Amino acid sequence: MYLLQSSGIIASQEASLIIQATLLMLIVVVPVFVLLFFFAYYYRAGNHKARYSPNWEHAKMDELIWWAIPLEIILVLGALTWGSTHALDPRKPLPSTVPALQVEVVALPWKWLFLYPSLGVASLNTLEIPANIPVEFHITADAPMNSFWVPQLGGQIYAMTGMDNRLNLMADKPGDYPGYSANYSGAGFAGMHFVVHAVAQKDFEAWVAATASTSPVLDQATYSALRAPSTEQERTYAYRIDLYHAILKQFGH
Amino acid sequence: MPTDKTTLGFWLYIMSDCVLFASLFATFAVLRGSEDIFSLPFVFVQTLALLISSFTVGLAFVTKKQNTFLILTLLLGLGFLGLEVYEFKNLMLEGFGPSHSAYLSSFFALVGTHGLHVAAGCLWMLVMLVTQRFYQLQRLVLFWHFLDIIWIFIFTFVYLFGII
Amino acid sequence: MSLFGLLTPQAFIHGPIETGAQIIVIVAVLVTVLAITYLGRWRWLWQQWLTSLDPKRIGIMYILLSFVMFGRGFVDALMMKSQQALAVGAPGYISPDHFAQLFTAHGVIMIFFAAMAFMFGIINLVLPLQLGSKDVAFPLLNSISFWLTATGALLLNLSLVVGQFAATGWLAYPPLSELAYSPGVGVDYYIWALQIAGIGTLLSGINFLTTIATMRGHLRLMQMPMFTWTTLGSMLLVIFAFPILTVTLALLALDRTLGFHFFTTDLGGNAMMYVNLIWAWGHPEVYILVLPAFGIFSEVVATFSQKKLFGYTSMVVATMLIVVLSFMVWVHHFFTMGAGADVNAFFGIMTMAIAIPTGVKVFNWLFTMFRGRIIFATPMLWFIGFLTTFTIGGMTGVLMSIPAADFQLHNSLFLVAHFHNMIIGGVVFGFFAGFTYWFPKFTGIMLNERWGKAAFWAWIVGFLMAFMPLYALGLMGVTRRLDHIDVASGLYTQPWAHWLFDIAAAGAAVIALAVLFQIIQIIVSIWNKHKHHVGENPWRSQGPEWQEPAEPLHERSARGVAIGAVAALFGFGLIWHIWWLAALALIGILLSLITLPKPEYAD
Repeated sequence: MYLLQSSGIIASQEASLIIQATLLMLIVVVPVFVLLFFFAYYYRAGNHKARYSPNWEHAKMDELIWWAIPLEIILVLGALTWGSTHALDPRKPLPSTVPALQVEVVALPWKWLFLYPSLGVASLNTLEIPANIPVEFHITADAPMNSFWVPQLGGQIYAMTGMDNRLNLMADKPGDYPGYSANYSGAGFAGMHFVVHAVAQKDFEAWVAATASTSPVLDQATYSALRAPSTEQERTYAYRIDLYHAILKQFGH
Repeated sequence: MPTDKTTLGFWLYIMSDCVLFASLFATFAVLRGSEDIFSLPFVFVQTLALLISSFTVGLAFVTKKQNTFLILTLLLGLGFLGLEVYEFKNLMLEGFGPSHSAYLSSFFALVGTHGLHVAAGCLWMLVMLVTQRFYQLQRLVLFWHFLDIIWIFIFTFVYLFGII
Repeated sequence: MSLFGLLTPQAFIHGPIETGAQIIVIVAVLVTVLAITYLGRWRWLWQQWLTSLDPKRIGIMYILLSFVMFGRGFVDALMMKSQQALAVGAPGYISPDHFAQLFTAHGVIMIFFAAMAFMFGIINLVLPLQLGSKDVAFPLLNSISFWLTATGALLLNLSLVVGQFAATGWLAYPPLSELAYSPGVGVDYYIWALQIAGIGTLLSGINFLTTIATMRGHLRLMQMPMFTWTTLGSMLLVIFAFPILTVTLALLALDRTLGFHFFTTDLGGNAMMYVNLIWAWGHPEVYILVLPAFGIFSEVVATFSQKKLFGYTSMVVATMLIVVLSFMVWVHHFFTMGAGADVNAFFGIMTMAIAIPTGVKVFNWLFTMFRGRIIFATPMLWFIGFLTTFTIGGMTGVLMSIPAADFQLHNSLFLVAHFHNMIIGGVVFGFFAGFTYWFPKFTGIMLNERWGKAAFWAWIVGFLMAFMPLYALGLMGVTRRLDHIDVASGLYTQPWAHWLFDIAAAGAAVIALAVLFQIIQIIVSIWNKHKHHVGENPWRSQGPEWQEPAEPLHERSARGVAIGAVAALFGFGLIWHIWWLAALALIGILLSLITLPKPEYAD
């Protein structure tokens, strides 16, 4: 359960938020359950000890209380919402001494293409990142609406044609983290999963060097073939052109 | 004479039609683009036709001369529609049809939906004139004024803003 | 262009499972027709039911329609659950495209043709009586609304026989629903079934609102029963929300049929616009469904606690607050689309705000029980079941209204668990409570309590088994709408995933048992009606609808059936691009509107 196993600074903050909010709401929910079962039991028709007030239908003080209690809980939650929404805004760069690694993501039918514009490499359905370094994702699609989601690292954001959505994540330890699409995009949707390999910085640089020199080249022709609907195995590429902005422009934005 | 129920029911329908047009206006606003395709004088004539027809339909309601004023309104309404069809046809022939862009799609949808409502109103008037039954006249007048108000918004947000 | 547009004999040919469904539909229709003929009941059916303008009969027809459609939607659910249980690391028995049609049809059927239809059924039966009126404001319009809804259901079922249904999800987001990605007629069936039924709903909104406003007699607003108030709120929502659906579906139709570019990926189309529009309708829609259910519970709690409803004024204020607020929250359905922190936070806070009036209602219900003398008849059990399940669902809802939390929960099985929690716990249980409660009013027969209680317990156990695992699965990172789980996907190695899917499928089977109990309950009650016969007010309720007998009304008109039939031809023609058929049908619709007979029935 990623709630217990989050490995990203965003995911762990989101997990604590969920737990905090749940606890706050239990302040109201638990009394509701207690009152419900207590009243149901105590005021059952067979219990003649209980007082019966058939016309008691109005009590200002009591009503004030139960307008006030949910109102207060919601005020607290509201403040929590305002704060956390801004703090965990996907577009917000993560605090760090090093610049974020830029990765461009293109949702295709039914696979994920990852482009590293400044590093000369690209990959399909596998995402290699350095651990403990912030990654800024730029996400678009050349496919129906998808959603880029790596639960153990953080929340999702939609991948849409003509839109450039930004998501900032960071893995706080090396490991393999599953990723998915979280928006139905057609018959091959269930095949749109990928793996994020977070590795030590040295290993990441080695991977980049090896991939850039030995992998097949991702050029316009290879890309056009990828646009056709299919599910694919993991693959890596050497990548020296700019496909991302061309893809964005193609859809008129 | 229409009962309270029918008048209220009709007002509720008009309210729902308001929401309908609001959705179309919202779509138009979001998909806004611009093309140099509008002719203000042309639209001005359309607007005049509709405004005058609002006046005549009101007269049909307050005077005893239903036939005269309804026929006048119908003619003005048909004139408005004729001008609109002419505008649409020309736009499409010049390559500015609704399948040309999202902006044009929303233009044709918004203005076209208004036009369809005007056509429905004209049909309503025709049926009234043919059957000589005027018990729905108050509601027709309400409907016609409503369409006039929608046109004012269209004139402003679609045509005037489109030209600026 | 062929005479039959896109329709070819190929359209009747499907895969093996779909062919099974096709055969079932055809056989069901044939059996029904033959049975009616054999029993010589055509005239009776036509005169007493199909052309009746009595809102009680129209109400019963709505409810029967909802039962049939619920059955189909439930079978869809059983198929999906069994597929998911079988398809962890295996392909299962349902193809991905078929699975997508299943989850699309399931959503559409349950919302539009099970829940909405039942709701209008109950309102037709109960509202006039609660107002002290014999009928609704526009009886002919009422019949037309029913037949337009039935036409929508007909088109949806027709997609099983010829063609296919949408494979896009119940809201048919573009670009997936555009012609480029959904080239068949499936999305067109979706569009026209909903468009036609939607017009029926809008007309009902106008009808019932006018009824409440003008046919109350001397009843003052603040004397109206809670069910009437919540119906008022719901109908206000209908009038303001349904035109948005009409526009959105029309724009999608224009894109698909005439090559417009509202939501296409090219030439400036904006799919996000669709998402905003459809949810601007979609959020009020769920309140349209749940408010009458709240109203039913208000009636039930008071009656079975043998006590006046607590806090009537508060309840009315809370209802109206919910109506207003429900228009201000729609973005919470797509926080993850990338709106930015200010927008997301605003809509998150507004969403939580709705929890306040809802919480007030919960406390008012609880304190109606306080110092009452509670009788645990079946309707009261449904209330207890509602309060427990709906509260959990409400909690998970407020959780998801926090955008940063929603980033992890959106579109996962956690979301699926949440909304089923609300709709089953709130709407469906409410309708079951209302059905059991008012059944004796309209039939003189009390539903068998033993089977009712058995059904309740089976539903609760089944519901918890079917949906609580989904909360866990969502927290494990399982997204919705997966037709299978690949061995290579991270989900396969999640230790509890297989077990949870199995429990969920078992839960669905328990619910099936519950539904069976409900069917048995109805049959047993009617079969033994001499034993279950009751008087005028068997629950000793103080509700106004119980105080006087309900007279049958004899007005009839075939116009509703006619308009429904012509609308069906219109829809079919547009779906299959049989333009001459659509044009003729349109002329037919116009003619039937122009030649409406009497002043009171004209709109």
